[in-house]
Amino acid sequence: MTTPTETSGPPAGAQPDGASTDLPAKKIEGRSPGRIAWDRLKRDKVALAGGVVVILLVLAAIFAPVLSALFGHPPNEPHADQINPDLGLPKGAFGGMSSEFLLGVDPVFGRDVFSRVLYGAQISMLVALGAALLSVSIGVVMGVTAGYFGGWVDAFISRLMDILLSFPQLLFSIALVSVIPNSVLGLGDTTVRVCVLVLVIGFFGWPYIGRIVRGQAMSLREREFVDAARSLGAGRAHILFRELLPNLVAPILVYATLIIPTNILNEAALSFLGAGVRPPSASWGQMLSDAVRIYQADPTYMVIPGLAIFITVLAFNLFGDGLRDALDPKGN
Amino acid sequence: MLVYLFRRLINVVLMLLVVAAVTFGIFFMVPKLTGTDPALLYVGKIADKVAVEGIRHKMGLDKSIVEQFWLFLKGIVVGRSYNAGTDVTHCYAPCLGYSFKTEREVWPLLLDRVGVDFSLAIGASILWLVLGTATGIVSALRRGTALDRISMSVALAGVSLPMYFTGLVSLAIFVGQLGWFPRKYTDFTADPVAWFQGLVLPWVTLAFLFAATYARLSRATLLDVLGEDYIRTARAKGLREPVVIGKHALRSTLTPILTIFGMDLGGLLGGAVLTENTFNLRGLGYEAVQSIASSDLPVIMGVTLFAAFFIVIANLLVDLLYAVVDPRVKLA
Repeated sequence: MTTPTETSGPPAGAQPDGASTDLPAKKIEGRSPGRIAWDRLKRDKVALAGGVVVILLVLAAIFAPVLSALFGHPPNEPHADQINPDLGLPKGAFGGMSSEFLLGVDPVFGRDVFSRVLYGAQISMLVALGAALLSVSIGVVMGVTAGYFGGWVDAFISRLMDILLSFPQLLFSIALVSVIPNSVLGLGDTTVRVCVLVLVIGFFGWPYIGRIVRGQAMSLREREFVDAARSLGAGRAHILFRELLPNLVAPILVYATLIIPTNILNEAALSFLGAGVRPPSASWGQMLSDAVRIYQADPTYMVIPGLAIFITVLAFNLFGDGLRDALDPKGN
Repeated sequence: MLVYLFRRLINVVLMLLVVAAVTFGIFFMVPKLTGTDPALLYVGKIADKVAVEGIRHKMGLDKSIVEQFWLFLKGIVVGRSYNAGTDVTHCYAPCLGYSFKTEREVWPLLLDRVGVDFSLAIGASILWLVLGTATGIVSALRRGTALDRISMSVALAGVSLPMYFTGLVSLAIFVGQLGWFPRKYTDFTADPVAWFQGLVLPWVTLAFLFAATYARLSRATLLDVLGEDYIRTARAKGLREPVVIGKHALRSTLTPILTIFGMDLGGLLGGAVLTENTFNLRGLGYEAVQSIASSDLPVIMGVTLFAAFFIVIANLLVDLLYAVVDPRVKLA
């Protein structure tokens, strides 16, 4: 943050443990906006809980092979002995949950649902984070360019964003994913699919952040500190990257955190409609789409991937909301 | 006002043209990538070579992409004749061509399907608009109370749940276990009571998802507005609180609600892909997924254009409504 007024620190409420009127000798400490936000975030227990769950989920996704080896079975290993051959459904109650199969087995094949949920988390996180990175990168570049330069540049980029927003995105994504060949440049099927999902979801997501950044850049452009920098002889690049961008970090950060849960829902939706990673690779949306046929007979198989999506998205939303409140300059 | 409307309408046409061109371009490439011949799709696999070439010529598939696109556009405006010698088929405007798969005309097919989407969108949007904004407004006015906390927790859960999961759970409970509703869509004209019964679950599931978003948005906006100077002025003038809220605060709270309402409603009218696939409703979204799976270009084009049309028109209506709702907005 480069606004000069913010370096002096807020005089009131600087220390939560002691009011400065009672202890006049105590030094008033100046705090950076980042520090203020961090202090606020630390007091927001709900947001912190969300953050902790997010970290745990990311770790679970990274260490999916280890966890699955320790507590489960390989995700694609069929266990015919767990399946009732007449119905094609798990033998045990609650989808075949047992100490050996923690979350039961899937219908027909009898594969370990615990392992499949973990590997599904890998796909989900990879796509969501990758797509968020892509949307934010394109959105910030386009938004800052449109907002700062204005004129025909702004008109062109704004029109482009309008057009993208009026595309039926879900339909387009399904269509694009469905025509992708199984193998590109010697990469495996799942790798190709994950890359395509990142590209499709990330590409359709950028206009949302582009609009926000454009608006912010337009109002920042008119502020005194930009005039000051310009009158000191700062070049275009300096103003864009050293003056404008640091002031945009807060909204970008908040938006990036809140676009991740949306991406998780989008990836799950595409997989639900059959445009995600291809079987036997596991994904949450695909498990739910399998569950459509048998939700009456085996409701556990529907509830588990649904809860996985819900918990993950909720955790990201809680953390994102907390971050937004903490970074809000008007908040207290 | 008239000049504004005229300019916006030209804009609408241009945007639809771009959407049409991009869709056409992408799906023109699909048969080349997947190695399927559209002419073969029309006549079936057993046809002899002469018949295939005949149909290719008749449907204009032997022309260049630019020519085909031009004929497609012309067909929408003035209709189109398919002729191969003595064999002439006329397709009246607006002509969107014939399905590769069923050889039915696309335009009547879309009109046939859109009824489901209108039924779905109208019922659900009334529910979510009323419930969502009312909850948000009450929460903002009773900020910090138990009521506020409970409704915001429910709303947060609502935005974190994928609709195909809540849909499946409600199907399992209300259709499977309790048997309260049929899992079937009936036309309103055929039997209004059955129409209503068949749509209750989709309405409620869809509305819950959107109401959660609207509640969060309207609460946040109203709290922002209540901090504005003009609200303080209104109070200082001695206006009673209901007047301050009702006549001054609510108006500017409605503006962002209206924006996303336009987008959401437009999006739904063009096909509620996930809802239709979860509840087995045969609307535009269902048709779209089917046609993508079978590379049925004319139907894909039709559905995409239809959907984009609704989104663009909804956005235009929203902009016009702004001027009515928000006194600060002038159309120019």
